Amino acid sequence: MAGGMKMYGKHRFPGRLFIVEGIDGSGKSTQLLLLKKWLESEGYVVYFSEWNSSPLVQDVTKRGKKKKMFTPMTFSLIHATDFADRTEHHIIPPLKAGAVVLADRYIYTAFARDVVRGVSPKWVRDLYAFAVKPTVAFYFRTPLNVAMKRILGGRDAIKYYEAGMDLGLSDDIEQSFGLFQGRIIEEYEKMVAEFGLVAIDATRSIEEQQADVRRIVSEALAGTKKTKVRRWLDLASLAKRSQK
Amino acid sequence: MARFSFFGEALPEIDLEELKGKLIVLEGTDGVGRSTHIGLLKQWLENHGHAVLDTGMTRSALAGKRLKQAKEGHTLGGITMSLFYATDLADRLENEIIPALRAGFIVLTDRYIYSLMARAIVRGADPEWLREVYGFALKPDAIFYLRVGIDELVTRVLQSTGFEYWESGMDLHMGEDMYESFVRYQKWLLAEFDKMVEVYGFQPIDASGSVEEVFNELRDRVDAVVARNGD
Repeated sequence: MAGGMKMYGKHRFPGRLFIVEGIDGSGKSTQLLLLKKWLESEGYVVYFSEWNSSPLVQDVTKRGKKKKMFTPMTFSLIHATDFADRTEHHIIPPLKAGAVVLADRYIYTAFARDVVRGVSPKWVRDLYAFAVKPTVAFYFRTPLNVAMKRILGGRDAIKYYEAGMDLGLSDDIEQSFGLFQGRIIEEYEKMVAEFGLVAIDATRSIEEQQADVRRIVSEALAGTKKTKVRRWLDLASLAKRSQK
Repeated sequence: MARFSFFGEALPEIDLEELKGKLIVLEGTDGVGRSTHIGLLKQWLENHGHAVLDTGMTRSALAGKRLKQAKEGHTLGGITMSLFYATDLADRLENEIIPALRAGFIVLTDRYIYSLMARAIVRGADPEWLREVYGFALKPDAIFYLRVGIDELVTRVLQSTGFEYWESGMDLHMGEDMYESFVRYQKWLLAEFDKMVEVYGFQPIDASGSVEEVFNELRDRVDAVVARNGD
């Protein structure tokens, strides 16, 4: 944090940050993966920020979930801690280096989930004020029944917190999941205008959605660093190998 | 009217009307004798028939152990560390402190949001942001600020544990060695605490005297808080 703390919208980096949001089953991860492939083939330096960070913070999250130790407040705070670690280690440094950073879920996920759990909307927005504002934030808009069909078909069992079971909406996990996701959608819809999320109709074909995403991204990429050699991560692993 | 209130945005699902106990905070820099006095106060209060819960930083069931380990590794950044501490405090607040207050306990806490804010401010965090984040904390009944000057502090630390990495603010790279860094870091913290005296209504206590002298003063002031009713 040396050099003072920058707030949302105040960071100035040469890189670009594209993030995807949407409920489970909206197809956002597929779209992000396709975007990544394309950016790499175009020669951009792409850094994929995964939703896992320091093992220490992750351990607390995992254990807390397993033992059902969370209240809405601690659930919110531990995810913010995790996100801060990601920001400090995996988002800001590559953006400074001029990379294109891609993130599957971002602060808007927390805003939606935590508010549905009863946390104050203002407080949670203040909590994440340290986050870097994305260049473009995509929201994959999906009707609940479409997402439910995708989720409840071939997939692992839904987990306790994922289904919002802690809210006591229903004793049936699938029913609870549906009610919870319905409320999450309401929160996302409010955020479209508030944060200028770019809504993509996720009921259309994968190809059509990807074409829109690529068009919007390419407009935001003017002046971004490209490499003709290889991706820097490959270079890093090459360098490691040559040391042996 | 509820006796308690939150600094900012309230915790969800907490009925302040139900909280009957007292929340008493001991603050001060490292090595000033906070834990000694918490131990003495607890004994004294229990002897007088009060139920006491004592708590302090990194003692939460959820995050305490991991937070200690994180400090050993020196790998977490400033914002991450601040939020990790906030998680620890929220867990103790909801699962220990508030239930104890509901049951009419006297809660003694070794440090509270003030130390966390002072440490984070020194590390570059935005004070306004910290105030918003810690808005979920309950306002205490009293904050006793144990204070000694920097020279006295150095002597005490040398006589006990010696200079330690975090207490010396080594992560801030402020001096050539631990002594220099300790002095600068602790002076800075003292200045931040001193600024908070008026803002948050700290009751400063000169902690340079003997343990007995300091305890006598602290005990009288705590007695006054405990005796205060219905305000």
